[in-house]
This record gives sequence, C-alpha cells and structure tokens, in this order.
Amino acid sequence: MLDLLSGFVTELRQAGLPVSLTEHLDAAEAVHHIPLEDREALKYALAATLVKSSAHWRAFETAFEVYFATRGPVGEGAEAQGDGGVEPEPPDTTGSGAQRGRAQGRGGGGGESMTPEELAELLYRALASGDAALADVVARYAVTRYAGMEPGRPVGGTYYLYRTLRNLDLDGMLERLMQATRDAVPGEQGLTGLEERLVADEYRARTERLRRAVESEIRRRLVMDRGAEALARSVRKPLPEDIDVMHATRDELATLHRTLHPLSRKLAVRLARKRRHGRKGPLDFRATVRRSLSTGGVPIEPRFRHPRPAKPEIFVIADISGSVASFARFTLHLVYAISSQFSKVRSFVFVDGIDEVTRFFEGADDPAGAVHRINTEADVIWVDGHSDYGHALSVFNQRWGDDVNSRTSVLVLGDARNNYHASESWVLEQLAHQARHVYWLNPEPRDYWGSGDSIVDEYAVHCDDVVECRTLRQLERFVGDLT
Amino acid sequence: MSPADGAGADQQAALGLPPSGPPRFDSVPAVRQGLAAVGYLADEGIAGVVYLADRLAKPVLVEGPAGTGKTQLAKSVAELTGSRLIRLQCYEGLDESKALYEWNYRKQLLRIQAGQVSGESGGPSGDPAGTAGSATWKELEEDIFSEDFLLTRPLLEAIRSEEPVVLLVDEVDRVELETEALLLEVLSEYQVSIPELGTVRATRLPMVFLTSNNTRELSEALKRRCLYLHIDYPDLEREREIVSSRVPGISDELADQVARIVRSLRTLELRKAPSVSETLDWARTLVVLGIESIDATGARDTLHILLKYQSDIERAAKELLSAET
Repeated sequence: MLDLLSGFVTELRQAGLPVSLTEHLDAAEAVHHIPLEDREALKYALAATLVKSSAHWRAFETAFEVYFATRGPVGEGAEAQGDGGVEPEPPDTTGSGAQRGRAQGRGGGGGESMTPEELAELLYRALASGDAALADVVARYAVTRYAGMEPGRPVGGTYYLYRTLRNLDLDGMLERLMQATRDAVPGEQGLTGLEERLVADEYRARTERLRRAVESEIRRRLVMDRGAEALARSVRKPLPEDIDVMHATRDELATLHRTLHPLSRKLAVRLARKRRHGRKGPLDFRATVRRSLSTGGVPIEPRFRHPRPAKPEIFVIADISGSVASFARFTLHLVYAISSQFSKVRSFVFVDGIDEVTRFFEGADDPAGAVHRINTEADVIWVDGHSDYGHALSVFNQRWGDDVNSRTSVLVLGDARNNYHASESWVLEQLAHQARHVYWLNPEPRDYWGSGDSIVDEYAVHCDDVVECRTLRQLERFVGDLT
Repeated sequence: MSPADGAGADQQAALGLPPSGPPRFDSVPAVRQGLAAVGYLADEGIAGVVYLADRLAKPVLVEGPAGTGKTQLAKSVAELTGSRLIRLQCYEGLDESKALYEWNYRKQLLRIQAGQVSGESGGPSGDPAGTAGSATWKELEEDIFSEDFLLTRPLLEAIRSEEPVVLLVDEVDRVELETEALLLEVLSEYQVSIPELGTVRATRLPMVFLTSNNTRELSEALKRRCLYLHIDYPDLEREREIVSSRVPGISDELADQVARIVRSLRTLELRKAPSVSETLDWARTLVVLGIESIDATGARDTLHILLKYQSDIERAAKELLSAET
C-alpha cells in the first residue's frame, strides 16, 4: 500500500500538484484509519491530505481513478459497490473474460452477444429509472461491445470513449426520454415549460453520470492492459492555470472561464490590500494626539495617514484576429474584472483596422457579455481581415495618440505576426516617450518569436518589457505586477 | 483498528503533542449519523474528513462557495461532541492581542500604583537600582506578569480550556499573510508561547476548523498543516434532504421541486449561483406563502430571494420560464 501511495504521490507531482513530504506522511497515516475496502473513503482521505486547492481536484480525481482502479482489495470493494445486485468476483487480468461472465449472470446475455437494440433498451431503462447500478452495468456492456479496444495501444482512451458514446447515441436517447415523459402526462396541455426544463435537466444529469461511468470503465480496462504509470502519463492534463490559452480545446476553454472569475476576484482583493498597506503616508497629527491620551499624553505611537497613490491608467490594444483571439478575450476580461484598481481603462481592438471598444464595457456588469459583443460589433476590418500591426498602430496614434500621457500604461496584446506588412515601429517609439510604460504581451512561446512573419523583436526595442503570456498563471503574475 | 490507534498515540507522544484523549468518533458512518442527529446532513466526504481530523489530530481547512454550511459544520460538530465552541472571527488588521492574548495594562498600572501607595510609608520603593527596592521590583514584575493580568483571547482560550472545545477560525482568508503565521504554532503544536510566562500547552486537543471563502490563496505553510475539505453545492438528493429537514412543514413534492429548480439554476452561467442557505430561505418563503407547487408565476415572483443580481434574475427567468404561454 505504501509503495502504491508513493507512486500515486509521484504522479500527482508530475501532474503539477504541489505535494510536500509532510502531506505524503499525513496521507500514509490517514490510510491507517480508514477501512481500505471502502474506495470512496480512501479517495476522500487522500484528497483531504494531499490536495489543498479545489482547482486541483480534477487532476487528483483522474490520477486516483487510474491508480486505484483495479488494485488489490480496493478495486474489489469498488466492484462490489458498483454492481449492486451482481456478486463481486476477484479482479483478474484478462478483463473481458470477467466482464462476459458477469454479464451472463444478469440480463441473460453477454455484452458482446447482446444486440444493439437490446443494449439500447437496457440503456433506456437505466436512464428512465435513474438506477445507478443498472447504469454501471450498461456502461460495462457498452464498452465491451462498442469501444473495440485493442490491447497495447498507447492511447489515453479518448477515442474509445468517443466510439462508445457515438454508438450509444445519447442525444437520441434523451429525445426519446423526453417524448415518453410528454406522452405520460395526461391532459391536453402536456408539460409546462418549467417542468419540461426540470425533467430535461434530470435526464441530462443521469446521462452525464453514465458518460462518466463509461469513461472510468475504459480507464479501468486500460490500466489492466498497460499499467497505471503508463496510462497516467497519457491521461495527464494540465492544471487550469497552466493551460495554454492559444491551443486550448473547447473543454479547456470552459474550464478557463470558470477559473477566471475567482481568479480575478482574488487578484482584485490582493491589489486593493497592497495599495492600502504598501507604504505609510504622512504623519496623522490628530490621530497621534488622540492615541497619546492612553499613555498619559506622551505620543509613544505615532499614527500615519493612509497613502492614496495615484491609480494608473490602462490602455489595452488587443489583436483579435483568429490566431490570438482567445488570448485577447481572456486578457480583456481579466483587466476589466479588476478595473476598479485602475483610474481609467480604455480598450482598443484591431485586426487590420482598429476600433475603440471601451463603450461595450461601460455599464455592463458582466465582462463576458461585453467581450462577446466586441467580437460581433467592433469595426476592425480595414482591407482583408489579416493582422496588420503597422496600420493599426498608426491609426491609433493618429486618433487617440494625444490621450496617452505620463500616467498611462499601454498594453499591446498580440503575436506580432504582421503578414509581412510594414511594421511602423516608430509609432510605438513615440508612444513609449509619451506613456509611463509600454508592455507587450505575446501569447506565443518565446522560442517562436521572430520566426516567420513575427516581428516582435522590432517592436520589443521600444517596449519596457515584452512578456511571454500563455497561461493564466503568467497572466495573473503580469497583471499583479502592473499596479 | 486498534493497532493503528496505538501507533497514532505513540506518534503523538514522539512529536510532543498532548494526548488527544479517547477518539471522539468510532467510524465514518457514526460521524455521519451523529451529524444528521444534530441537523447537519453531511455527505461521505465531509464525514470522512471530520473523522480523520479527530484521528490524526489535525485542523480542517474548509473551503467552498458562500452559504454551503462551512461555519455550520463546526457548530454541528461542537454540538455533536458536546464541546464548547470558541470562535475567532478573522478580519483585516487582526493581531495577536485580539487573537492570542493581551496583558491587561490598566490593571497592571493600578497594581503598580497600589504598590506605591502602600510602600510610601516604608521609604522609597519601585526603584530598581536601590538595594531594598530590587526585591520588591522583582516581586512586582513577577506579580504583574502573572495569569491574573492576562486577558485570554480565543486561541489561547481554546488551548487552555479544560473542557472539550471546538475552535472555529472563521474566514481565515481575511487576515493578512503575515498574521497567518500567528496561527501556525497553535495549529501544529497546539501551544502558545508567552515570553513572560513560558509556553502554554493544550491539556486536551481541541478540534479546529478553519473556514475560507477563497478571496486569496492561503500560504503553503498553513495549508500543509491542515486537512483540506472542499464543500461544494450538494447534489440533488442531499439538497432535497436538507430542505425537508430544515424547513418545517414542507411537503416532499415541494422539497423535490425546489431542489430540482435550484440545480437547474446552478447549471446556468450566473454571477452568483444560489447557495444552500438561499435555497432554504426560498423554501421557507414558499411554505409561508402557502404555495404547494411551483409554477412559472410563483417562481418569477419569488426568484429575488434565490438570486441577488438583477441580471441573474432576468437570465434565470428567460431560461427557465420563457417557454411558458
């Protein structure tokens, strides 16, 4: 067990979770106190001792499933729980043999010998009744029948999952369930909108549960096939704060969006505190005298005024052409979420034309909505809709250049891939003279800078700093330093 | 289980920790039932962590969205174990004189003045350099830095208490990073060092709960010393049970409907998803209004109890109730 735990901790560290030695020891002790055959209890014991941030929960869960899917008494306990009515069997290494045997114990036919119609019927029953045990059995049959798993292939199981789910046709099943519910209601009007929505959500939750059951079933078999260490490597995913914004999948983007809100709140609180506690202001004479009364009129403890440092103004100039759009969105979102920390925020977006979009954020209490409006309403196309930094910058200088003053920090967001247009870098030089700071945030990895049509080096000489900014972690650090 | 208990006690002795006394709970299910008996419906995870906290003698750091029963958990555990609840509400600017202890300087001043008055007839006193005075001075110093002049604050109080206590450090994320360090000695060694008195050690290990609303990242040092528990919104069944048990006079159908509507609302992208406490408020309102079954109008009229932002209310009404004719 201790070996297994060490392996597990190593895997968590590889996935990027900070697990200290003390925490490892705590986990080892915690395992003593819980019944080992209870997989859920084991999971919570390990989570409580090893994972100290809710953002890391998913990474933990994935690793846990891989490591404790099949092994020893733990795996058996889980089987016994999950099956409900089916009697537990000792886990074996061949996998499918056991599956078949178990399948025959229930439902009259093995997973592979079952026709698709029968399987669909079983699935329908499982979803309609909300019977969790039955759903697990269905998941097992479905994987056996549809996933077509080949031993030894070094994959993470995403493809198997896709194949299984496609064959199960969950969307169609959802439709059928809804229809059945509608039919079951007596009377003419049928369901009201609210009821229909509630029923649909219920089925959706059950379907989601089934999807997870299928996923963990696939993982379990992959572990049997290839061992936990190998699989853990293939299914490892970056933590939310480490996701590369430019190459994020849709799921990852959703995760990012969820992370962004608490992150910006945290950042705002921290900055507000820093502002208040950063320096001491001038002596507050009245407060000092008042305070001295408790020490008999001797001003032992001088009091100081809270300083009110000037808040910086921010101009954000963001490239929103296809390649870097998601990055620009995140940065704008974050900057506006903490806009109370700046005296003024103005934002401009460009592709080859440039447009001011500050108005979209004014009065909107939801930055996400405003960012969405930018994408649809801003007037940023001048000629052909390919990035032209030179033109955008010179137009900016012409129209808004006079507004840049010594309190302003200018942020340029973009990869500086200029499609071989003129760079017009003199504009940036001039801005750098007028403004307090000019920063360039580049969402490309540093190694790519200056390759191909990237002319970031040409601009870099005029900037105070050019920062590689690919993940939320980097972005957060930059914005934190900015104020 | 017994060999493990023995190992735990040995380890505690080796670490110099005070004995924790007999374990408070027998098993995870026992914790769960016990909490349910005092009106707190815990899920497997919550009960498991509370059980482990007792066995490992470690504090629990509870995080999660507002209104999911973090503070209530500590209260319920106190009630369950028959302990006194000592609460330290954290805020910006909290310092050790508010959290640990403070010398009662007014009383000390009085004591000195009283000494001067009575000593005046016998000659000059209170003079540390004088030969006769030095004994008096030493006496006086020992006297005014004795426990009589000590004002105990929550942390010290929890440590010194003879009876069983549950210590709740509420909203620990509100104190500054530097102040967090104050907590570390208490949390890991269960002792408080007072320069004039020496170290005060716990006679009986308290159970410690820290809650955080996650407005900032807590320090690694603090996290490392704690067990971590993330309390999220409950799932459908648990929420239904919570509503049924906490709202008197609610019918099962209504509780079910409430729980389901709230779950649907939480899937929407809202600025502030409805919390458990808001769900309970809503359910109570429905009961008071005598609504037996929620329809679109009923829901729209009472939605402002569940959601606190106008934009959220509009969105929820649009998403959930728009299909209504």
